[in-house]
Amino acid sequence: MQSRNFPQVWKSVWAMMLMAMAVIFAQAQNLKSFEQRITTKVLPNGLTLIICERPEAPVFSYSTFVDAGDVNDPSGESGLAHMFEHLAFKGTSQIGTKDYAAEKIALEKVEAANNAYEAEYLKAVGRDEKKLAELKQKFIDAQAEAHKYVIPNQFTDVAERNGAEGLNAETGLDETEYYWSMPENRLELWAWLESGRLADVMPREFYKERDVVNEERRMSVDSNPIGRLVEQFVATAYVAHNYGRSHIGWPSEVQQINATEAMDFHKKYYVGSNIVIAVVGDVKASEALPMLEKYFSKIPAGPKPEEMTTVEPKQFAEKTVAIREQTQPFYIEGYHRPDYRSPDDAVYDAISDIMSNGRVSRLYRSLVRDAQIAAEAAGFSPFPGEKYPSLFAFYAVPLPGHTPAEMRDAIHREIEKLKTADVNDEELAMFKTRARADLLRGLANNQGLANDLAEYQTRYGDWRELFLELDKVDKVSKADIRRVANEIFVPGNRTEAWIETEAAAAEKSAATQHNGGAQ
Amino acid sequence: MKKICRSYFIFAVCILIFASCALHAQQSKPWEKIPTPKLHAFKPHQPQRIELKNGIVLFLQEDHELPFVYGSVLIPGGARDEDPAKTGLVGLYGQAWRTSGTAKLSGDALDDLLEARAAHIETGGDVDSTALSWDSLKGDSDQVLSLALDLLFHPSFSAEKLQLAQQQAATGIVRRNDDEDEIARRESAKLVYGPNSPYTRQPELSTIGAVTVDDLKAWHDRTMSGKLIVSVSGDFDPAAMEAKLRAAFEPLPAAKVAPARHDEFAGPKPGVYFINKQDVNQSNIEIVGLGTDRRNPDVPALAVMNEILGGSFASRLFQKLRTELGLAYAVGGSYGYAWDHPGEFHATVMTKSPSTVDAARATLAEIDGLTNRPFTEEELARAKDNILNSFLFRYDTREKVLAERVRLEFYGYPPDYLETYKAALEKVTVADLDRVAKKYIHPARLAILVVGNGTEIKPSLEELKLGPAQKVDITIPMPK
Repeated sequence: MQSRNFPQVWKSVWAMMLMAMAVIFAQAQNLKSFEQRITTKVLPNGLTLIICERPEAPVFSYSTFVDAGDVNDPSGESGLAHMFEHLAFKGTSQIGTKDYAAEKIALEKVEAANNAYEAEYLKAVGRDEKKLAELKQKFIDAQAEAHKYVIPNQFTDVAERNGAEGLNAETGLDETEYYWSMPENRLELWAWLESGRLADVMPREFYKERDVVNEERRMSVDSNPIGRLVEQFVATAYVAHNYGRSHIGWPSEVQQINATEAMDFHKKYYVGSNIVIAVVGDVKASEALPMLEKYFSKIPAGPKPEEMTTVEPKQFAEKTVAIREQTQPFYIEGYHRPDYRSPDDAVYDAISDIMSNGRVSRLYRSLVRDAQIAAEAAGFSPFPGEKYPSLFAFYAVPLPGHTPAEMRDAIHREIEKLKTADVNDEELAMFKTRARADLLRGLANNQGLANDLAEYQTRYGDWRELFLELDKVDKVSKADIRRVANEIFVPGNRTEAWIETEAAAAEKSAATQHNGGAQ
Repeated sequence: MKKICRSYFIFAVCILIFASCALHAQQSKPWEKIPTPKLHAFKPHQPQRIELKNGIVLFLQEDHELPFVYGSVLIPGGARDEDPAKTGLVGLYGQAWRTSGTAKLSGDALDDLLEARAAHIETGGDVDSTALSWDSLKGDSDQVLSLALDLLFHPSFSAEKLQLAQQQAATGIVRRNDDEDEIARRESAKLVYGPNSPYTRQPELSTIGAVTVDDLKAWHDRTMSGKLIVSVSGDFDPAAMEAKLRAAFEPLPAAKVAPARHDEFAGPKPGVYFINKQDVNQSNIEIVGLGTDRRNPDVPALAVMNEILGGSFASRLFQKLRTELGLAYAVGGSYGYAWDHPGEFHATVMTKSPSTVDAARATLAEIDGLTNRPFTEEELARAKDNILNSFLFRYDTREKVLAERVRLEFYGYPPDYLETYKAALEKVTVADLDRVAKKYIHPARLAILVVGNGTEIKPSLEELKLGPAQKVDITIPMPK
């Protein structure tokens, strides 16, 4: 371990090979051991169940992976998948209600009242403001009537009282995931709860929850400088595909989503063939499967929803977005890249690893350590989704006194190096070693593993791909990296976006005052 | 296929159901008919504890499931102990320690060496401690351990890496008023502890600029003489590991015990405080006061009270502000307790600008409700179920068991703390809840901070009838 020439020692091919072999061995061991511990079963309704036995402690985690997200929101209804996800916490015909039959009628009246209000509200000509106010009041009254039958939050309450930990859900552009962990003796209770909400959801408290989602938008987008920038960045990068729409939904659209639309979305996308559920932990497949089958067979069968036909057309115009406001500068750019099924998927992972992973990465070393113009710089992909052609993005956070333009130029210089010269052996080997180690590290966590198994089963039709994709990682060559960099990192395929700091009008005059100033 | 930006989750901070005592008789509750079998027997695997003659403590936690070894050295002394004129020192130390490397191997060379093995050695600073940690595949663990020990015993703080850390810290300082949530959390803590408190004083460009390489060295030498806690987990041979750690740590002189701190905690000056931020459409409301420390025997009852106030979907705050009123996505609150100093009471809610006053009032009403709306047996049972049935997740992995033991050792709590804490939680009664709520919840002693868009907040904060809103100056001081 002699300081300066030390890298020469570990560079030796032999040492690298030994190391790689040791890890490959571990990988094969793991796949084999996992094959013995994992049971996969496709139910008659098309739903796939995966059980992975990991009896380290008397607990289990699950992940329900629905192959539908906000990318599937119909035109004019952005934010619908996410809105539905919130509904899935509101209970069913059996939980959360004092009287299902009466509530159902009351909810139909809410919907009729909303439709009447919306129809008047949307009149382009001749809207009657007095009538509108009356309709609004009727809508509010109908909700109050329906609310009489609600036992608020009973679904989550039963889960939490029975030890649910980390209970949550996420809606992405590509998928919706529901998950929590529980003591193993609550497996059947969980199966009752989860199968119930997937099969038997109802539009309870929908319009109140819509207000909650609007608050979520204000928090994560409107009131957050980076949130605002990223929404504009993605909207600019895409002209045709739904990836360009606001993640959480455009305010006017979220504000007008109705319960009928949410229930239609459920009917179309929450069918057995579109859902994979993985359970990891202290569960015996042979004992649990018959019980799980009983519950999850309740989910309706249905055809796998058709895939989207829109393909983002090839970009040929370089695009820019500039936000001038009183926040600190930031720079991000993106280049279109193919979807996750591309044979080059692992090449993109190699590029982001080499450019961005840790203090050895090219962007850290050039922009942060050497040029000292950025506090942070990295590239990442796929973004904003992965199922459809997405973006390879780079961003940098300027140090005080440095500008977005400097970030852009410095990032471009590093990209140019990728295009004109091969990466070196150490960088490529490092990417491969880290990919293996990261996979192994992930196996120690029930929740993470459940999410991964369900996702890989959905995306590749086989959870084994989680392990097998390392073969693709191994095959990445220097020539692949250079080829892909030359294919996609070109100006015509680029969207640049940044925040430029604008001085506050009050700043100069208030500099000597105590209140106000540079906030 | 790597995941990057995940989407929107259902809640950020969370939390009643007092309405549910009116459960209709006809609800059949089919879930209650589902059997709950006896939980599989489980005894958390405790690490081996070895106390060296010099007072240093080693913990060894074997776990052979995966071929990795993880380790850490926890060092007493952190940001609360730094010279106020050099606030930010510990943050800079935590970064420059690792990036500078050792006398034999520069930080950059160390990066190359470790990353090629998918291994890590990292250093960092916290409010009461600093730490060095490492992890690697089993095959590299001897080499990585010796590198980590070399960095621990022979660090070489470089001016160049200190400067790099200072630049990054400066970026954080000039950006600290960009994010509303960050402003609210920071400024509300300052209201509770005071702006110059060791727990809230903030690094400024001038204070980080005052830190020198000699300061970092002096800090290192001083804190390394303290009672270190060394912990290792993963796939290793315990006898061999013990021998290596003894060889490294036994030669150190007897560990010095840090003198007890004598901080003063007055709590906030009650009133309404306001920070104007023109580029937002949502107000961040923080209602804050002083909390207690974990040694307080009332903590188990307070924990149950917290669960009822803001700990779950069924909690009073979540139920009212989010479910019933639809005023917020993020809402929560608790009476805080820290391990060795008073925590913070806080209730947080984020709501659209025009509903600021409504949301603040509704939150204040729930806080008042703790003292004037009696707790019910139903609420108590729910809160206990929530806490106790998920208690298992505090020790369901060997890593969590180890982390807990290290924490207890560091703060001087008995190793069976979790068990006694759980037993105490089980004994909490409604009378306990009423008693602790009356003893600790004093609405008149709380401060209300609103960060939001002044021109959009209508009705204005004056409508709260709690006195004029005092403006808080958050201007970032620029050195001349």
